[in-house]
Amino acid sequence: MAGRLIDLPAPRGPLSEALFEALAGPPGSGLVVPAPAAPDPLADDDLQLALYVAYELHYATIRDVDERWEWSPALLAFREALERPFEAAVAELVPPAEAAELDSVGDALQAIVAEDPGPPLSRYMEVQGTREQMLEQVVHRSAYQLKEADPHSWAIPRLTAGPKAALLEVQFDEYGGGNAERMHSTLFAETMAGLGLDPTYGHYVDRLPAPTLAAVNLVTYFGLHRRRRGALVGHLAAFEMTSSIPNRRYGNALRRLGFGPEVTHFYDEHVEADAVHENIAAWDLAGGLAAAEPEVAADVLFGARALLQVEGRWARHLMDAWEAGETSLLSPLVPVPA
Amino acid sequence: MASHQSSQPATATITPYPDGPYLVRGDFVVQDQDGNELRTERRTIALCRCGKSRMRPLCDGTHKLIGFKAPSTRESWPAD
Repeated sequence: MAGRLIDLPAPRGPLSEALFEALAGPPGSGLVVPAPAAPDPLADDDLQLALYVAYELHYATIRDVDERWEWSPALLAFREALERPFEAAVAELVPPAEAAELDSVGDALQAIVAEDPGPPLSRYMEVQGTREQMLEQVVHRSAYQLKEADPHSWAIPRLTAGPKAALLEVQFDEYGGGNAERMHSTLFAETMAGLGLDPTYGHYVDRLPAPTLAAVNLVTYFGLHRRRRGALVGHLAAFEMTSSIPNRRYGNALRRLGFGPEVTHFYDEHVEADAVHENIAAWDLAGGLAAAEPEVAADVLFGARALLQVEGRWARHLMDAWEAGETSLLSPLVPVPA
Repeated sequence: MASHQSSQPATATITPYPDGPYLVRGDFVVQDQDGNELRTERRTIALCRCGKSRMRPLCDGTHKLIGFKAPSTRESWPAD
């Protein structure tokens, strides 16, 4: 299989226009540090898309873009101008950790995920979601699942001893345990193909709204900044801890809609895998990191809460759109009959 | 948890996780009473401890829905 290659998506406003125009030229030239005016950065299509593409330089080749842009100081300054309002918006959604929570980060994580503020998207899908809604849900998730585990791997060189071993125990399984065919991103691509969707990395970016891009940008942001290693680990822990049960429901939704094991395998695999991972991630990885580096313990809980808030906003976006009888994507997958 | 810093080499280790399943690591086989092996593709597996999993003997996360509580360490018995 070839490496990742994406096309620049269509710009959505002045930030993405300025970035994409500059990326077509030589590295470092033509890019001015912007002052984004985004009242709600998490819902701002222009800001989230520009940030997403700035981050994609680390994940993929972008057609006709010089790869030296990845570490161009001009690009990094541009990116930081987007990250600042993004980071502030996320921080506004997350209450500070309480002192008592820091005594046992593993217990605190259990309590945090038990109070998941998001709407019951997976339960809705299991009971009444339509085929079209399921396809949309999969297209949204493709922004992350086709690179599943990659953002969290940035924690590897930033951890030591027990927490590093715990992270690798989870990641080894995410990457198929040495078997490329079992890699979770590969299983997701098979699900997409089975649903008649295009599993090419980046294929649907033009349809993905800000709440979806924000969820992916959040983990990349944590991943690229060593100082946020606590949040990155907390994000992974909460991700794994809120995975088994929703994935069983998505698998049930697909079975109810008449799809077979080639489509449900990704979900069924996650029920079993994440029932293992969540324990390692919560106790050995997150709890272990908090014990080894108490100064990042509060950030571990920040990362967990940030994930639930940002994913909650994403799930609400989908359910609100569907309730209004609209597509949750920027353009529908199936052309509406005239 | 002990699994990543064990000083006693063992063929397999079984670790009860707080309010969660038993994680089994190492060189092990899970089989039913007739000796049929339960095949798993992963190196570390989670065995149900709450009894309510829908894919026993493996854990499926259901313990979180039923408020299952159990410590990682041995419970004292008789109770204090």
